[in-house]
Amino acid sequence: MTWKQVFASSVGRKITMGLTGIFLILFLIVHVGLNACIWAMDHGAMFNRAAHFMGATVVPRILEVGLFVFLLLHIIQGLVLEASNRSKRGTAYAVNYGNRGSRWYSRSMGLLGTIILLFLCVHLVHFWIPSRFSEMQEIDLGNGILVHNLYGLMQNVFTEGWVSIVYVLGCISLAYHLAHGFLSAFKTVGVHNKRYIQLINGLGLAFSIIVPLAFAMMPLSFYFHWVN
Amino acid sequence: MEHYNMNLTLKVWRQQNSQEKGHFETYQLPNISSEMSFLEMFDILNERLISEGKDPVAFDHDCREGICGACSMYIDGKPHGPWQQNTTCQLHMRAFKDGDTIVVEPWRAKAFPVIKDLVTDRAAFDRIIQAGGYISVNTGNAVDANAIPVEKAKADEAFAAAACIGCGACVAACKNSSAMLFLSAKVSHLALLPQGAPERKSRVLDMVAQMDKEGFGACTNTNACEATCPKGISVSNIARLNQEYATAAFTLDK
Repeated sequence: MTWKQVFASSVGRKITMGLTGIFLILFLIVHVGLNACIWAMDHGAMFNRAAHFMGATVVPRILEVGLFVFLLLHIIQGLVLEASNRSKRGTAYAVNYGNRGSRWYSRSMGLLGTIILLFLCVHLVHFWIPSRFSEMQEIDLGNGILVHNLYGLMQNVFTEGWVSIVYVLGCISLAYHLAHGFLSAFKTVGVHNKRYIQLINGLGLAFSIIVPLAFAMMPLSFYFHWVN
Repeated sequence: MEHYNMNLTLKVWRQQNSQEKGHFETYQLPNISSEMSFLEMFDILNERLISEGKDPVAFDHDCREGICGACSMYIDGKPHGPWQQNTTCQLHMRAFKDGDTIVVEPWRAKAFPVIKDLVTDRAAFDRIIQAGGYISVNTGNAVDANAIPVEKAKADEAFAAAACIGCGACVAACKNSSAMLFLSAKVSHLALLPQGAPERKSRVLDMVAQMDKEGFGACTNTNACEATCPKGISVSNIARLNQEYATAAFTLDK
């Protein structure tokens, strides 16, 4: 059996989804942790310094390439699997099993993922593209080093009510995507030990509430001027 | 429980053969006893259809004891009907009340084409088993049952997995028409026992390859299969199959 056959099999494809999913979960920890610096109440000094570190240091830049590769793999493989799985039924049922057999968000990972993808496009246009590819307003860190004023950009972007709503909706989709995806990813890569599954289940539930909630608080904090 | 009679409306999927499109037909069934089994209710309907010179409804059944896995009706949106851990033949009419409309469909999956009415071709499962769901032993005298020590917990888990009757309700319930609960039960049953060890790697790789070839979908861990399984096969078998597959694929030495 060749590597190609392994990763083209239904279980192999799912292992790709699981592994990239776990990588993206790790990315979310870094992302939410760094962004939480906006709540330092220092007019964004700590946040801008952290953002500068991520953009100007070699290791995060290499990880960034990996992030995009894994993200694309997760998206493409996810869409391919969704299309393939949907094609297996043939004639549709007149009465569906629905919520009696499984949770709605477990059955809607393709839809939730697509909403997150659309949100991600908006998000990259707002922050990542300006910071990487175009001129941005710079600010002095106080030690003569000029850095991109991403904090100022956030203040700007989140003055619009509809933008904040789009971000909150994106976070809700992420929460439900994680509520299924966190545990599912570990099961897919083969974790079946009951003690660990129980642990991961609890951890996944906490993660899928806390992380999207923290993300959703960011646009709201700027919109309602909870941060200076 | 008190015995009662009821009048029912039955909406049944009728399909002449695998080529025809198929449609629902509605039948009025008066005076059905609450003590009848679901299949006995169908027997009454078929007796009537035959006496009227019409084609009876074709459906699969064999032991009518809940152990053979032949019966396969998708009743009101759930394989094997509303009761938990129960087969269609063991479903009794006391699950319904007077005036109910019951919708009965066949298992729906491209890998299980309809042969006629409610009968589907589930030979795909046989071919998956043929691909690796066995152990090779020497013929001759039977080996002493206790010659190889087996950990009690593992023996119990293997037994629970071996309870799978291969009815295909997992495929019918899954939104992806995936056969992973069936496959994982068969792989787990042998992977947990020392007798399954010699063919452990080739078994899981070959059986997954056959499952894909048959046209079943991939597993997305929604657990609908476990919720509907008449034998209560656990989805933890699917995670074990994933581990078996990854271990086999990543340590293959050829």
